[in-house]
Amino acid sequence: MTDVSAPGNPPFRLSMLIYDRRYRSLTFQVIVFILVMAGLWWLVDNTIKNLALLGKNFNFGFLFQRAGYDIPQTPIPYTSDDTHFRAATVGLLNTLIVSVLGCIAATFLGIIVGVARLSKNWLFARLMTVFVEIFRNMPLLLWILIIYAIFTEILPTPAAYRGEDAAWSMIFFDHVALTNRYTALPTMAMTNDPGSLDLGARITFNWATISFAAVLILGVIVRRMIRNWAQSVQDRTGDRPRTWWMSLAVMTVPSLILIWYFGLHLVAPELTGFNFTGGLNVSNALVALWLALTLYTAAFIAEIVRAGILAVSKGQTEAAYALGLRPNRTMNLVILPQALRVIVPPLISQYLNLTKNSSLAIAVGYMDLRGTLGGTTLNQTGRELEAIVLMMLVYLALSLIISGAMNIFNARVKLKER
Amino acid sequence: MTKTVFLGTVAAASLFAGMSLAQEGSTLAQVKERDELNCGVNTGLVGFAAPDANGNWTGFDVALCRAVAAAVLGDGNKVRFVPTTGQTRFTALASGEVDVLARNSTWTFSRDTDLALDFVGVNYYDGQGFMVRKDLGVTSAKELDGATVCIQTGTTTELNLADYFRANGMNYTPVNIDSNAEGEQQYMAGACDAYTTDVSGLAATRAAFADPENHVILPEIISKEPLGPAVRHGDNNWGDIVRWTLNALIAAEEYGVTSRNIEELVRSSTNPEVQRLLGASDDLGAMLGLDNEWARRVIMTSGNYGEIFAANIGEQTPIGLARGLNAQWTQGGLLYAPPFR
Repeated sequence: MTDVSAPGNPPFRLSMLIYDRRYRSLTFQVIVFILVMAGLWWLVDNTIKNLALLGKNFNFGFLFQRAGYDIPQTPIPYTSDDTHFRAATVGLLNTLIVSVLGCIAATFLGIIVGVARLSKNWLFARLMTVFVEIFRNMPLLLWILIIYAIFTEILPTPAAYRGEDAAWSMIFFDHVALTNRYTALPTMAMTNDPGSLDLGARITFNWATISFAAVLILGVIVRRMIRNWAQSVQDRTGDRPRTWWMSLAVMTVPSLILIWYFGLHLVAPELTGFNFTGGLNVSNALVALWLALTLYTAAFIAEIVRAGILAVSKGQTEAAYALGLRPNRTMNLVILPQALRVIVPPLISQYLNLTKNSSLAIAVGYMDLRGTLGGTTLNQTGRELEAIVLMMLVYLALSLIISGAMNIFNARVKLKER
Repeated sequence: MTKTVFLGTVAAASLFAGMSLAQEGSTLAQVKERDELNCGVNTGLVGFAAPDANGNWTGFDVALCRAVAAAVLGDGNKVRFVPTTGQTRFTALASGEVDVLARNSTWTFSRDTDLALDFVGVNYYDGQGFMVRKDLGVTSAKELDGATVCIQTGTTTELNLADYFRANGMNYTPVNIDSNAEGEQQYMAGACDAYTTDVSGLAATRAAFADPENHVILPEIISKEPLGPAVRHGDNNWGDIVRWTLNALIAAEEYGVTSRNIEELVRSSTNPEVQRLLGASDDLGAMLGLDNEWARRVIMTSGNYGEIFAANIGEQTPIGLARGLNAQWTQGGLLYAPPFR
C-alpha cells in the first residue's frame, strides 16, 4: 500500500501548530511539559544552592549512627544503642499497629452505626445521627487530646493501687489495672516454651505464636471446605446439613490442644516500685490515639455504609421479604453484598486517611514514624530535608500498599459483568 | 496518571523550596532595615522567657534579646519574640525566621558544627536534674529504677536521660512531651513519676506550681548544660555583636557598672576598661559596626548580668536559683568576660 496524500493537502506551516486541530493538543502538551520541567529544575536548583549556602549536604548516613534515645513502645527489641534506622523502623511499626487496630475497629463500628442510622427505632437512629455528627464535625486533633486528657485526669496513678486498703483495685479477677499512664494487661506465659525462631536483626518469633497462627489459618481453610461441601449437598438434595458445630470445632479444638500442650497461662501484672510490671502495659497514648482515630473515622464510614445501603434499590428488600427472608438475613444476604460495591471504593480513602492521620500521634507523645524519624531523629541530627523526604516516601508507600490491597478486594466484590 | 505524578512532584518540590530560603545580605543590615529584632525564645518558661499578665515578654533570656536590640537598634523594645519549641528552634534560626536564638539551648559539638549554628557564649551554666513529688520518698536519682519519666522531645536531655539510666543499669519508661507546659500538666496529673530537664527549668516550673513545697529537685546533676544564645553560622559580624553584648553584660557586673550608676560612671569613672566599655574612650563600637554608646544602652535596658539574674531567676524571685556556677570568676563562678580593649 502506498502512502497517498490527499490532493490539495496544504504543506506544513508553523501556524498550524496552533490553528490546526491535529497539532494543537500536541503543541500545548509540549509547552506544559517544558514549563513543568523548568519549574522543577528551578526548585531543585534553588534547594541545592540554599542547602550549600547553609553548609548542609544531602545524605542519609545519619540513619546508621547511634540513636541514643529511648522509645516507650518497642514492638521489636530496641535500645538507645541502636541506630536511627532501627528507631525509624520501630516508629513505622508503631504507626502500623495503631493504623491496623484503628482500621479494624473503625470498620466494625462504622458498619454498626451506619446500619443503625437506618433503623426503624426512632430513638436509636437519632442517637446514631448525633454520634456521626459529633465525631465527623470536630477536628481529630481535639478528639485525641480530649480523650488523652480524660485518661490522664480521671484515672488514678499506679500508686493508688498500693497498700491494704487501696483507693483503686484491679479489675477482671485482679488481672487488669487502669492507670493514668497505661492499662496494665496480663501477659501469656508458657510452662512448656518451644523456643523462638530467629529472623536475624534481633527479631524473633516464638514457635508457639507461629503454631497458633498456622492452626488458625488451617482452621479457616477447613471451614471453607466444610462450607463448600455443605453447599454441594444443598445443591444436590435441597437440604443443607448442619455444620455450625463442625466449624466451631475446627476453629477451637486445635487451639485448645495447643494451649494445653504449651501450658499457656496468664500472668497478672504486679505493682512493683513505681509501676506495674510483669504484664503488658498498653500506654494511654496508644489507646487515646486508637480510640480517637476509630471514633472519628467510624463516623465517616457510617455515612459511607448508609449511602451504600440506600443505593440498593428498595425492590431488592421487597423481593427478599416476598421470598420469606427475615430482615437480618435480608440485610446479610441481599443488601450488604450489593452495598459493598458502593461502599468499598470510598472505604479505601478512609483507610488511607486513618493511616495518615495517625501521624497526629506526636500530640500525645505516641512515638510513631513522625515521632521517631520526623521528631527526635530529625532534631538530634538536624537532617530536616532527608528525614522529611524519607517520611513522605514511607507514607506514600504505605498508602499505595493499602490502596493496592483494597483494590484487589474491590475487584472481588464489584459487580461482575459477564 | 503521569500527570498526577508530575503535579505531585511539583507540589513536593515547592515544599522544599519553601523550607529553604536565600540569605542575602548581613543579618545586621536586615535587622536595621526591619527596625526590629526577631528573637527566638521559649514558648513559656517562667523566669527565662514568658509573657506576663499584660502580654509583655519578660525573663532572663528575654533580657538578652532586649539587650541585643538596644545595642543594634537603640531601643530594647524593638524585639519581636518568636516562641519556639525544642523541635522548631534550630530550624527557625537556620531558615532566618529569627536573628538570634535565646532559648535555654545547650551548646554542644554537633549543634555548633553539623547544625551550622554558632553559639556565641554561655549565659547560664546548667545541668540536667530530676524533680519528683516529695511523698514518693525518693531522695536520689539512683532510686528511680522503673520510674516513668516525662521528657521534652528533641532536647539534649532526652539523650542524657537514656545514657544515665543505661550507665546505672536502671529501667525507665519515657513519656515524650512537646513543651514545658505539657510536661507540667502530665507531671501534675501523676502521669509521670519524675520530670527531667535542666535544673533551672525545673526550678522555674516548680515556682509556677500551686504547691511548690511538695516537690523536690533531686541532688544528682547528670549532665553539663551550658545554655547560650546562638546565631547562624557564617555571619561573623552578627555573631560578634551578640557575643559582645553578652560579654558587656557580664563585664559590667564585674566592674560594678549597674543600670543605676551608669550615667555617673560614664562621666566620672577613671577605670580605663570601664571607659572603653562605656564608650567614654576609644571607639570599640565602630569595630563592631555600631556606635560608641552601644554598651551603655545594653546595660541601661535591664541592667548588668547580675541585675538581670536577680530580677528574673535569683534568690529573691519565686524561682529562687542561687548564682552557683553562674557567679563571676572573682566570686568562684565561671562567668569570665574577655577584656574590652
